Amino acid sequence: MHRVKVRVVEDALDANNTIARANRDDFDRHGVTVVNLMSAPGAGKTTLLERALQGLSVRAGVLEGDVQGSLDADRLASLHLPVVQLNTGNGFGGECHLDANMVRSALPALPLEDIDLLIVENVGNLVCPAEFRIGEDVRIMVSSVAEGEDKPLKYPLMFRACELVIINKLDLLPHVDFDMERFLHHLDAVHPGVETIQLSARTGEGVDEFRAWLERVPARVPA
Amino acid sequence: MHEMAISSAVLESVLRHAAGRRVSEVKLRVGHLRQVVPDSLEFYWGIVTRDSVCEGSELDMELIAARLACTACAREWEIELPVFRCPSCGGADVQVVSGDELEVESIEVEEEPACTA
Repeated sequence: MHRVKVRVVEDALDANNTIARANRDDFDRHGVTVVNLMSAPGAGKTTLLERALQGLSVRAGVLEGDVQGSLDADRLASLHLPVVQLNTGNGFGGECHLDANMVRSALPALPLEDIDLLIVENVGNLVCPAEFRIGEDVRIMVSSVAEGEDKPLKYPLMFRACELVIINKLDLLPHVDFDMERFLHHLDAVHPGVETIQLSARTGEGVDEFRAWLERVPARVPA
Repeated sequence: MHEMAISSAVLESVLRHAAGRRVSEVKLRVGHLRQVVPDSLEFYWGIVTRDSVCEGSELDMELIAARLACTACAREWEIELPVFRCPSCGGADVQVVSGDELEVESIEVEEEPACTA
């Protein structure tokens, strides 16, 4: 036995990125724009979708990523939109993020012919989802005021890996120590110029602005 | 858990290039911006490689500093904290020069000596 050095020079996520491009090709072929919605657990992604997808002028579908269960998909059932549940694990434990291959496995269940916009609700996690492209056109992250104003500095990877930052749970501002100015200052340091929308998914304040943003997504993304 | 996902991705890449040969060392280039904790990555490497040709292999990480360049004033600088505005002109159009690498550079594999008889 002797040892041989093999030159590789390959991005460790190359395999994932290749599958993500294949997903993207499939989405493009069907004229579907894809949004990757990311946040920490409990930031309000599902509540936001419940609100924002009502009365949306484009035909939307949702791919719900969760480690376990279909609680979120069940909540969206009343919207009468195509909702597909994707679990990353069986029983206890499972992947903490969606990757391109998991999304690929869900493609046959998605009615791509009947929708213009697919929203992929990623697993709640502020770290791993930022690393794994899934074939999306845009990435949105939701941060809630209850999480504190220092989060952009703690999770720069995530706050940089998105085109829109939603600041949710505005209705809680009187009850939590959250300084919006400081949050926006930290966000500007980490991701200068990123778009933001402040809203409360619970009361509905600001949700119209987000709905309008979503409706513009298919147009702003070059086919 | 970030390191768990990354070590799995690295393993996938290494296994492909090893093509069944036993791997003794993996050289990885890790940029500062990837927020990887080297000790943690090494710990998970030991776990994800179990029962594979990479079991017992050494993970050699080259850590790469994060350097940015300002498009407006051409200043180039190194960052420790995640601040992406130019310290000279305040510009927001900033390019990452280095620091976002996550790259398998090379692997060392064991091979039978070629028969020369």
